[in-house]
Amino acid sequence: MNIIVLIKQVVATTNVKINHDTGTLIRDGVESIMNPFDEYAIEEGLRIKEKLGGKVTVITMGPPMSKEIIRKAIGMGADEGYLITDKQIAGSDTWATAYTLAQVLKKIGDYQLIITGKQAVDGDTAQVGPEVAACLDLPIISWVRKIEEISETAIRAERLMEDGYDVVESPLPALISVVKEINEPRLESLKGKMKAKKYEPIVWGVGDMPDFDTAQVGLQGSPTRVVKTFTPAREYNGERIEGNAAQAAAVLSQKIKALNIIK
Amino acid sequence: MDNKDSKNVWIYAEQREGRLSSVTHELLGAGRKLADDLGQKLTAVLLGNGMRPAADELIAFGADQVFYLDSPLFDKFQDEPYAEALTRLAQEHKPAIFLAGATAIGRSFIPRVAAQLKTGMTADCTSLEIDPDKKLLLGTRPAYGGNIMATIVCPERRPQMATVRHKVMKPLARDDSRQGEVIEKTIGENELTLRARVVNIVKEMEDTCNITEADIIVAGGRGVGNRENFRMVHDLAAAIGGAVGASRAVVDAGWVPYSHQVGQTGKTVCPKIYFALGVSGAIQHLAGMQSSDIIIAINNNPDADIFKVATYGIVGDIHEVVPEMVKCFKNGA
Ligand SMILES: Cc1cc2nc3c(=O)[nH]c(=O)nc-3n(C[C@H](O)[C@H](O)[C@H](O)COP(=O)(O)OP(=O)(O)OC[C@H]3O[C@@H](n4cnc5c(N)ncnc54)[C@H](O)[C@@H]3O)c2cc1C
Ligand SMILES: Nc1ncnc2c1ncn2[C@@H]1O[C@H](COP(=O)(O)O)[C@@H](O)[C@H]1O
Repeated sequence: MNIIVLIKQVVATTNVKINHDTGTLIRDGVESIMNPFDEYAIEEGLRIKEKLGGKVTVITMGPPMSKEIIRKAIGMGADEGYLITDKQIAGSDTWATAYTLAQVLKKIGDYQLIITGKQAVDGDTAQVGPEVAACLDLPIISWVRKIEEISETAIRAERLMEDGYDVVESPLPALISVVKEINEPRLESLKGKMKAKKYEPIVWGVGDMPDFDTAQVGLQGSPTRVVKTFTPAREYNGERIEGNAAQAAAVLSQKIKALNIIK
Repeated sequence: MDNKDSKNVWIYAEQREGRLSSVTHELLGAGRKLADDLGQKLTAVLLGNGMRPAADELIAFGADQVFYLDSPLFDKFQDEPYAEALTRLAQEHKPAIFLAGATAIGRSFIPRVAAQLKTGMTADCTSLEIDPDKKLLLGTRPAYGGNIMATIVCPERRPQMATVRHKVMKPLARDDSRQGEVIEKTIGENELTLRARVVNIVKEMEDTCNITEADIIVAGGRGVGNRENFRMVHDLAAAIGGAVGASRAVVDAGWVPYSHQVGQTGKTVCPKIYFALGVSGAIQHLAGMQSSDIIIAINNNPDADIFKVATYGIVGDIHEVVPEMVKCFKNGA
């Protein structure tokens, strides 16, 4: 079973600082991490490999420093990692990213399952997975919280919905996106870390893919543009309710009842 | 698709098990305004199995035109036939704008439609406007866990696609005298691709109590102390008819299931009232709830960040205040 996990390096959002003059992110000295959801994706890939045998390959598209997360994946137990990096793909939006990843997957070819995180915590779009599936015309199961059964040719998984879950069956190859509930990602083993230290990812640029259409990617080729960024205006007009517990509770409940929302 | 001849505003009318989702009415409200600003039509697209009567409801809530596609394949939400049907319809009729709810359904299959149409898509918008000069859709959305807002456009390709956050847009009042056109089409079982198929639907109402649809949410954080004390959050929720939410710290500790988690890696909610009990207000938590209408924070630390977004705040011990609140609502609420 050949499993491919798509992973992304992101800025750790606990440390996000905004330049209030420009409304942009201050990246200097900010720690970069593997997108937390992608750790669940790798873990699930490793568990399937442990059951069925095969290989887990990770792919990331990003700047050269994204090698760090490939090494982390190797440390966790992944077998191989690809870094897709090229000036021409810088600034790609979700569609252009999905197009690029799809070209990479077409060239790699031999896979049965693609796993992505639910979303990347930088853009929070959750679009790249479904768009990659569309570009490759693969079936998709989104928001997977549990794989009930998997073989070389088929999968049955639980898709998390707002009010419960749906059980979805699909033939393979297919793409799934996973939510946090699915597993508890392992730490890198000592042996893994040693291996990772020496590991050199396979690095591809757009020239390594046949028929790659550079007009589809990068800032210029992306269908969408960011025209403005700003820090959300928060209204700090809160009212503090004083008094002891009973008094404060009484005042607050009066205010709430006056809203006529409670039935 | 490029932008020649594209016209009209479309919304995807989401349904689950034959009932229109509440986000559909909100989309009609938002779409109506965009269509009026452009001087164009508002079209709703409904995929269903025996749901023709719901098409009239879509008109009563603001649509000028409804495409109703009927198929046994549309009984349950399945990405491939849903996406293929919408893609074909959009290729045929060339909408300028296409909106859907940022729900589990919308966020799963609408990006597939966008990719099939080779167009751009903006996720989880909290505000939509038409640029008065260029007539482009301006979709504004939070990114980086709500630290930054970004306004995004899709200048050349069409349709301009976006998913829209739950409960942010306001529906119009129902008006059954509104006139509109319903165009019906029947699609056979074998006319669309279906590989990933839904074999079972499981409701977890007790556990999950759909917090994304609730008008009132009572959320507890680590300040509640332990699993036994978390009962108090359920008690207040029961007393005022709300759903139970939680911070990640609480979910990680195993006091409640993940389906209750609010925040960047949990659910995004926008209720009328959000109670934060012993929640510090970390940015990742705020990302999931700060667009709530009224936020009530109870925390013993006067400097807790949650007070910065709170409409009403009580500095105090939740173990004392919350039981008093429960009493107030039980007695003659
Ligand atoms: C990538 C990433 C994603 C994340 N996603 C999410 C997410 O989706 N949702 C989420 O919630 N978090 C998320 N987090 C975690 C987030 O950063 C915080 O750690 C978490 O929200 C803290 O939960 P808390 O407020 O319950 O706990 P704490 O931060 O421990 O706060 C407890 C609060 O309770 C108060 N308190 C204590 N005792 C009492 C008492 N007796 N009476 C009144 N008040 C009391 C304290 O003053 C404190 O403010 C994420 C973090 C990362 C890195
Ligand atoms: N640049 C990228 N390289 C590899 N995988 C990516 C990239 N961007 C997104 N992904 C994958 O797509 C998922 C959803 O990301 P997003 O659509 O950006 O929220 C992530 O969890 C990753 O699995």
